[in-house]
Amino acid sequence: MKLSNWFARDGGERQLLWPCVTLVLLCGLNLLVNPHFLALRTLDGHLFGAPIDILNRAAPLVLVAIGMTLVIATRGIDISVGAVVAIAGAAAATILSTEAVPSGALVAQALVAALVVGLLSGMWNGVLVSFVGMQPIIATLILMVAGRGIAQLLTAGQIIPIGAPAYLFVGGGYLLGIPCSVWIATVVVLATAALIEGTALGLFIRAIGVNPVATRLVGLRSKAIVFAVYAFSGLTAAMAGILISSNVRSADGNNAGLLLELDAILAVTLGGTSLLGRRFSFAGTILGALIIQTLTYTTYSIGVPPEATLVVKAAVVLAVSVIQSPAARALAVSFGASLVKHRGVAR
Amino acid sequence: MIHSASEPHQPGQPTRGAPGPQDGAREPILATSGVSKTFPGVKALQGVDFRLFPGEVHTLMGQNGAGKSTLINVLTGVLAPDAGTIRLGGEVVAFGSPQEAEAAGVRTLYQEVNLCPNLSVAENIFAGRQPRRFGAIDWPDIKRRAQAALARLDVSLDVTRSLDAYPIAVQQMVAIARALSVDARVLILDEPTSSLDDSEVAQLFKILRHLKQSGIAILFVTHFIEQTYAISDRITVMRNGEREGEYLARDLPADQLVAKMVGHERMSARLREAAHEEQVADALQDSAEEMPQVAHAQAAAPFVELRGVGRRGTLQPIDLDVQSGQILGLAGLLGSGRTETARLLFGADRADSGTILVNGKPVRLRTPRDAVRHGIGYCAEDRKKEGIVAELSIRENIVLALQARRGWWRKISRPRAREIADQWIERLGIKASDAEQPIGLLSGGNQQKALLARWLATDPKLLILDEPTRGIDVAAKFDIMDRLLALCANGLSILFISSEISEVLRVSHRVAVLRDRRKIAEVAGKASNEDNIYRLIAGSGE
Repeated sequence: MKLSNWFARDGGERQLLWPCVTLVLLCGLNLLVNPHFLALRTLDGHLFGAPIDILNRAAPLVLVAIGMTLVIATRGIDISVGAVVAIAGAAAATILSTEAVPSGALVAQALVAALVVGLLSGMWNGVLVSFVGMQPIIATLILMVAGRGIAQLLTAGQIIPIGAPAYLFVGGGYLLGIPCSVWIATVVVLATAALIEGTALGLFIRAIGVNPVATRLVGLRSKAIVFAVYAFSGLTAAMAGILISSNVRSADGNNAGLLLELDAILAVTLGGTSLLGRRFSFAGTILGALIIQTLTYTTYSIGVPPEATLVVKAAVVLAVSVIQSPAARALAVSFGASLVKHRGVAR
Repeated sequence: MIHSASEPHQPGQPTRGAPGPQDGAREPILATSGVSKTFPGVKALQGVDFRLFPGEVHTLMGQNGAGKSTLINVLTGVLAPDAGTIRLGGEVVAFGSPQEAEAAGVRTLYQEVNLCPNLSVAENIFAGRQPRRFGAIDWPDIKRRAQAALARLDVSLDVTRSLDAYPIAVQQMVAIARALSVDARVLILDEPTSSLDDSEVAQLFKILRHLKQSGIAILFVTHFIEQTYAISDRITVMRNGEREGEYLARDLPADQLVAKMVGHERMSARLREAAHEEQVADALQDSAEEMPQVAHAQAAAPFVELRGVGRRGTLQPIDLDVQSGQILGLAGLLGSGRTETARLLFGADRADSGTILVNGKPVRLRTPRDAVRHGIGYCAEDRKKEGIVAELSIRENIVLALQARRGWWRKISRPRAREIADQWIERLGIKASDAEQPIGLLSGGNQQKALLARWLATDPKLLILDEPTRGIDVAAKFDIMDRLLALCANGLSILFISSEISEVLRVSHRVAVLRDRRKIAEVAGKASNEDNIYRLIAGSGE
């Protein structure tokens, strides 16, 4: 099977057209401002340049968005991922801070602890949604609010600095000239795609997303699958938490991963996965995450004043969403046609 | 005030076809002629003539999908007919919206009470048209008028209390009061009794009779046969979007009514003879005696046995055996417990009493997954909601149940899945461009075949088919039924549910008859005749 099929199946290619167009347009805009936008150079055997920078910074978002894609594919949503990022970072930093010069074993312990905490958080969400039967947005809202509190309890309200070189390598180091975080994100994406499409999970998740009632009536354990999907989302959020805390060399219970859940949801929807439960596309989600990160980069590079950045971003997101909506495009076409007709009559 | 108790009809003659001469004395208040309505793929109404006279209760009967709701929606301006005319008081009308119909005096009460439970009774009666005084709402006047409106129905309530303080039946009265608070000439009640108990129904009927006396024309929709006879002057039977006929209630025995609803055209002379109670009793005894004979003939042990399986509010405890390699039919009207039985057996709903035995051993079927593991498959009644996964391909839909049984880890490879799908597409004659086509794009009959394929691919021991032929054209229908019979010859057991009695009899070895959520009889399928079953369903055998 072709790799592209693993990402987007059966007609998914066309679904990816508009995200691709958007990304190309954004890159084009950057090239206008800075002709060397796409240029890469090596320094000390490390690749540098805007594209590498964008990929590096997009890595945590890609990780979170991959988990979010599966959640949204089952008609759910997980707005707690930002808080889970903070908890995971705080857990790792707390463990690292027990030794002045952390040993390799302690770093390994910190990494495992962060992942386990993320997994537990995800399982908590999964229990609430799947077995208790709460609305996903409410169920995950609980951890979204409580999670920040837990992270702050772990860090005792302080920003804990991280100094262990091995830990800092994860989010800031380079491997074969490419940032470590890009490797991690790539491996996780490929492994997830292989797990989902290499087994029957992909079929099951799609079926649950399209028709949960019918899926239950074929004898599927829908609840267990939905539970697992939330647990996985917690796990990928924890990975993002490790990357972020490593990258900024500290754990901040208050601000780490703030509003990351919204960027993740945006990345998934920009990638063409419907919030109403439809076919999902990992490739689309990755494109969506790259669009968001490129957009952030662009606002800085073209000199949008910092206080206006959020407004500009919002305007572009609105424009992108409208372009990607078939209904809006149809409306625009018919409006254009009627405009032409009226002019013709006037002449 | 009382219009006319004297009936202008000559008894003994059903008034079929165009308005008969005996109706010349009176003009219908509401009438349709040649009304048709087509939805994509479905002819919901075909040239329907319908008449509603003032001072009469006219009941619209028909099975699910017969066109009752569509006719009501056309009469009340919810839908515009494609063809035909509607006359109100002799003038041609075309209601653009339910509001226009209401303004013209056609008031409708829908199945669910759609009032605001948090508002007071008085507010509910006058919501949207509160009497005003100097621009402000005149509360004392509302209260007075609400009491008067209820008094007209012989109901006395504290109109200032919130509506949800009262039981559903009372809320229904309030809804009627609301409907009548403006000048109503026609009152349409769409299954108003489905959530009422016996005494509440009696109270409602008292009010309807009262309204009838005052000259209001009442159109009543129900599928409870006893209630139909308790209240109706006239009955119109709908079937497959067409008017089967219009009858005076007193001229149409219950068993004939059932026969007309389910599509039994000719009434045999034998049935008329059997109208005498003795013979009815004999017929019943016959069917009772046939049971052990059938059981004798079947040396094979039953595959599934239900012993006292029931669920409160859904199904009275039921005993049912499905023999290996046989088809057991379930006959009964909508709401008689057919689908409920199927869902309990499949674990889609949980039984709260009784035991289920598979191959003689008691098993727990608490979820569909349990049932599937015991080799049971279930094609649900509502294909769209409970069957197909519309956006997925035919291939994915067909392998879904098989894959669910294998578990998530042991994936059926894509080529293998394609092979399975292609094989069933060919065996069942599914018409599709190829197996990758989304199943939602197929016609109803082909969707149904694909769902059959989904279960047959799992090599089931028992298949539960709930209305497998509904909404399917005749050719596909026979095709599906013939294939089912062939499968049975290979040892598959089938629980077959259909509202078409003739269809049930054609395929079933034995037929269990359900009425009012309980099993009332079991007869040998091919040996018994339709009339027997109509009688059992209509309850005229008691």
